[in-house]
Amino acid sequence: MSDRPAPTTTLDTKFFWDGLAADRLLIQRCSGCAALRHPPRPMCPHCNSLAWQPIEACGRGYVHSFVQPRHPAWPWFEDGYIVALIDLEEGIRLVSNLCGVAPAEVTIGMPVEAFIERFDNGVSLHQFRPRREPAAGTR
Amino acid sequence: MSRSLRNRAAIAGIGQTEFSQASGRSELQLACEAVNAALDDAGLLPSAVDGLITFTMDSSEEVEVARNLGIPTLAVFARVPYGGGAACGAVMQAAMAVATGVANVVVCYRAFNERSGMRFGGTSMAGATALPAWLDVVAPFGLLTPAAWVALHARRYMHEYGVTNENFGRIAVVDRRHAATNPAAWFYERPITLEDHQRSRWIVEPVLRLLDCCQEIDGGVALVVTPPERARDLRQRPALIAAAAQGATADSEMMTSYYRDDITGLPEMGLVAKKLWAESGLTPADIQTAFLYDHFTPFVLVQLEELGFCARGEAKDFATIENLSLGGRLPINTSGGLLGEAYIHGMNGIAEAVRQIRGTSCNQVAHVEHVLVTAGTGVPTSGLILAQPV
Ligand SMILES: [Zn+2]
Repeated sequence: MSDRPAPTTTLDTKFFWDGLAADRLLIQRCSGCAALRHPPRPMCPHCNSLAWQPIEACGRGYVHSFVQPRHPAWPWFEDGYIVALIDLEEGIRLVSNLCGVAPAEVTIGMPVEAFIERFDNGVSLHQFRPRREPAAGTR
Repeated sequence: MSRSLRNRAAIAGIGQTEFSQASGRSELQLACEAVNAALDDAGLLPSAVDGLITFTMDSSEEVEVARNLGIPTLAVFARVPYGGGAACGAVMQAAMAVATGVANVVVCYRAFNERSGMRFGGTSMAGATALPAWLDVVAPFGLLTPAAWVALHARRYMHEYGVTNENFGRIAVVDRRHAATNPAAWFYERPITLEDHQRSRWIVEPVLRLLDCCQEIDGGVALVVTPPERARDLRQRPALIAAAAQGATADSEMMTSYYRDDITGLPEMGLVAKKLWAESGLTPADIQTAFLYDHFTPFVLVQLEELGFCARGEAKDFATIENLSLGGRLPINTSGGLLGEAYIHGMNGIAEAVRQIRGTSCNQVAHVEHVLVTAGTGVPTSGLILAQPV
């Protein structure tokens, strides 16, 4: 295990990081028009409502893009780590890491599932790993 | 009176410092040297200046530059945000000021010790006690450099359109070829081949190799903007501003606009392009040479598409070394670009566009009538079309 850079939370983003610390991946849902939004922000761009509730993400998603930053080296990351954009089934997109898979086996569109990892310095982050798709017609 | 900016301002002077890895001088001194050089080029005294415009990121205050140059009064001082996206925007703001009579002589400047001081691509963040809040949703996952931010967009672009890292490498080869014959360029007399590019190490796999990334540099560039009738009486042939535009679009972020359905395009540049063509009345066929912002190679391909030089997904076929080199269909970055000349946040590209209008480039394109310049990509950005004086 290791440390991770700690987010500098603001009044607008604190719920998201508090959620991860409580093992929950949260998405803002507008109370006015029910639109989901990420990253966190105070106002709904569709109806301008300031009211919202957090909902818990199902954690299922697909790889939209992925890369391996190689240089420079960072104290927080093992060489070869994978950064990915994940499309959640709810319809929002997240930056995260892909774990438990060889880079050569990752494909765009690959199904993944979220888990939450607590790092040594107390930072909790959402991470993703490959997910086995249920066969067509089953749930 | 015309409601458009078309041909209502001109770039009358350009100035720059040397481009180095360790200037040995303060950023303020570099800014003053560049502004002084641009005024000298135009044949103007500092007392003629009544406006100064720079980037929000620049460390040299307008009033400090004025105090050093001995500029007695300023009627306009402003800053343009979003890193290199500001470059042509600073000129647009200056053009608006002189076109409306708010000011008469506005100097735009950008100067920094980006190599010997704080490096954008460096590891200074590893020592930071707290991250800037806007990095919250990327930094904890290891997206810590501009290269990494760009790469997630470019990876998806490669996937959608069958583009390879070698396609990107051609931009580096073109830029370095042009830099090789520009004595002011950092990479003067140091061209590369596509094989050199393919042998360079990964910075972000499988998108960016070392030679796809511009390197930080120390230096400064300044540009003098005046009304065309004033420019006509000055020392140099004026470069008319045929069009100038800034653009931000829905869900624009600073380098991490990942939350749009399609992340393969540069909608900010698409908007700037639309405004430039509409204002100038020109089309891509009217452009003889262009400076396309090239901090990282992939977005040069995307810009060719957004600007209309080729259709979506076709830049990999259009962007051959032959097409983009001197003598080709659309020579780009004839000074060597940010990759080959220097990374002065796009301001050196505008200076090169002015030289192409004047006919004084080290890699002069024949019969130049119009030059297109773009500013930073992946951020809210800006663009210019410069033209011969009428
Ligand atoms: Zn709403």
